Amino acid sequence: MSTAPDLVIDVTGVTKKFGDKTVVNAIDLQVRRGEIYGFLGPNGSGKTTFIRMLCGLLTPDAGAGTCLGLDVRTQQAAIKLQVGYMTQRFSYYEDLTIRENLDFVARIYGVPGRRAAVERSLERLGLQHRSHQLAGQLSGGWKQRLALAACLIHQPRLLLLDEPTAGVDPKARRDFWEEIHRLAADGLTVLITTHYMDEAERCHRLAYLAYGNLLARGTVADVVAAARLNTWVATGPGLRALADALRGRPGVEQVVPFGNSLHVSGRDAALLDRAVAERRAPEHEWRRIEAGLEHVFISLMESAEDNFT
Amino acid sequence: MKRFTFHRLWAMVLKEFIQMRRDRVTFGMMVGIPLMQLMLFGFAINSDPRHLPTAIRSADQGPFSRTLVAALRHSDYFQIVAEAETEAEAARLLQFGEVQFVINIPEDFTRRILRGERPAVLIEADATDPAATGPALAAMRAIADSVLDRDLTGPLAPLRARGGAIELRLHAHYNPENITQYNVVPGLMGVVLTMTMVIITGLAITRERERGTMENLLATPVRPFEVMVGKILPFILVGYIQVTLILLAARFIFGVPMVGSLLLLYPVALLFIAANLAVGITFSTLAQNQLQAVQMAFFFFLPSLLLSGFMFPFRGMPEWAQWIGSGLPLTHFLRIVRGILLKGNGLGEIWPELWPIALFLVVAMTVAVKRYRQTLD
Ligand SMILES: Nc1ncnc2c1ncn2[C@@H]1O[C@H](COP(=O)(O)OP(=O)(O)OP(=O)(O)O)[C@@H](O)[C@H]1O
Ligand SMILES: [Mg+2]
Repeated sequence: MSTAPDLVIDVTGVTKKFGDKTVVNAIDLQVRRGEIYGFLGPNGSGKTTFIRMLCGLLTPDAGAGTCLGLDVRTQQAAIKLQVGYMTQRFSYYEDLTIRENLDFVARIYGVPGRRAAVERSLERLGLQHRSHQLAGQLSGGWKQRLALAACLIHQPRLLLLDEPTAGVDPKARRDFWEEIHRLAADGLTVLITTHYMDEAERCHRLAYLAYGNLLARGTVADVVAAARLNTWVATGPGLRALADALRGRPGVEQVVPFGNSLHVSGRDAALLDRAVAERRAPEHEWRRIEAGLEHVFISLMESAEDNFT
Repeated sequence: MKRFTFHRLWAMVLKEFIQMRRDRVTFGMMVGIPLMQLMLFGFAINSDPRHLPTAIRSADQGPFSRTLVAALRHSDYFQIVAEAETEAEAARLLQFGEVQFVINIPEDFTRRILRGERPAVLIEADATDPAATGPALAAMRAIADSVLDRDLTGPLAPLRARGGAIELRLHAHYNPENITQYNVVPGLMGVVLTMTMVIITGLAITRERERGTMENLLATPVRPFEVMVGKILPFILVGYIQVTLILLAARFIFGVPMVGSLLLLYPVALLFIAANLAVGITFSTLAQNQLQAVQMAFFFFLPSLLLSGFMFPFRGMPEWAQWIGSGLPLTHFLRIVRGILLKGNGLGEIWPELWPIALFLVVAMTVAVKRYRQTLD
């Protein structure tokens, strides 16, 4: 297999079925070294399942490729040594203290200079004074920090983060992203799933998954451009009635209230313009805007619903 | 990459130790259960076993001795499995537990009966399990009293007077006073270990799965064998605490004599403890959740309790039950513990009971490692 040297993940046709339900459907993915790659998609779209296949926790039903240059189907043991995987659900030992958890992980990976490594990781994540607290007693945000520290302790070359910031406050999330960017700058590759749009925008590139199918990928600009979504914004009184009137009109795919404005979008510009023109009234101010990621994703998801269910 | 490494095993052991220490309730149970069972089973359960293996050592070839042997053969209580030529051979049969009784018919038995001398028949009994020997000895007495009635007629009839023509002498080995606690309390060691060790490791892997920590463990390079052994080792210590508790109770509360060597018992117990832990680990890889694991543990515990010879004398059970019983490690361990403590058995004598446990351990461990899935599929 010829793999470009800087491709950390390079898989094609990865498929996973549970029973007769295809949860991940023939996905191709290439992630470069040092890249922060966002993985987005609605609940149950197969993000976690895909990540589990990358790190050898699930066996793909079809597909092939490499992870860190190692075959994902046959060299799982070697892959595990160089991957840090942060599970969606906290999965360290709640009846062990922070330090004991880190120490356990360090021993399992046979980290050289274990004590110092544990100390360093406590320090870097600001966990020193809490090191004797049981992991089970930590708040959600601290648990996440611990999990991140633990999956970094063996200095992996690839980080797989499954919704690492779910339920974490904005400040902690910002700190977290700063850390991720710092690590990526040092050459670590990161694949991260999230449901937050602002986080999606912090990724170098992203992929959007729905019902197991990869619907879009590229930089934020690529994804937005590829969606070719047109969006109108209306401001003024009586937006609820306006929304009800617009919903279901030909060409109108999304009608979303945003505070004091209403966003109306659709992929067919001509149809959308006609629908908007029909409802134009003097009390509303209409203006066209660039479609945002959220609109794009919702549009992708709804069209996926039509195509795959 | 596929190799076993000591540092990963050690990581597992340390983790399990810490978790065990934190889990006060379980740890308390490990100490509480033996104490509770000691109280409950301090009293024996009686039963009426039959077909006890018996050896005959007859020094007389006369008609009366043949009549006596025939009567023993016909009785339900004795099953004559051997004819011992010498005293040493008889002693060996008893020591290895191949027979429960040796019946010694003296020289000139027939002639001395005819002379009205009331010759003595010596019955040597392995009395480690009084529940087994009691009824059989009563039956023997009845046989001795009446067996010659048909032969001693006419002019010989007066020989039946004076309480029968034969005298019976009993020599109970190993537990001469027939104290049931002597038998039950050492046996309890095996029962307690079976009950607690299987459950404790039965929970080990299902707990990881239920708490979600399995996903993380599987994502690390740790190997199945390292996980299994890492989970077994810390509980061997717990097993030894239980063994010690029961030995102390046996000695100082129940006054059980300890003829044999504790230095032999302790290493042998290791094999049995490990066998039970391995069974638990196997269950743990089969069960979907902790409740199922506990149910499986009971599924294993009940036949162990009932068919091992702890509750009912092993030889009193129907043959199919004995077959099942022979497959259970507890059956063999009971014989070992009783053998060492009450008979003073050495390694040579317990060897026939030792290898089945070792075999069991290897099989259970193999199944566990084979069954342990390295993925979440
Ligand atoms: N072990 C399993 N057996 C059967 N079905 C499964 C299993 N694991 C996941 N699924 C199903 O596969 C689908 C994809 O699940 P997955 O967890 O990969 O989604 P996700 O994109 O991570 O969702 P979320 O954003 O909610 O975390 C779901 O419909 C789920 O029910
Ligand atoms: Mg998920």
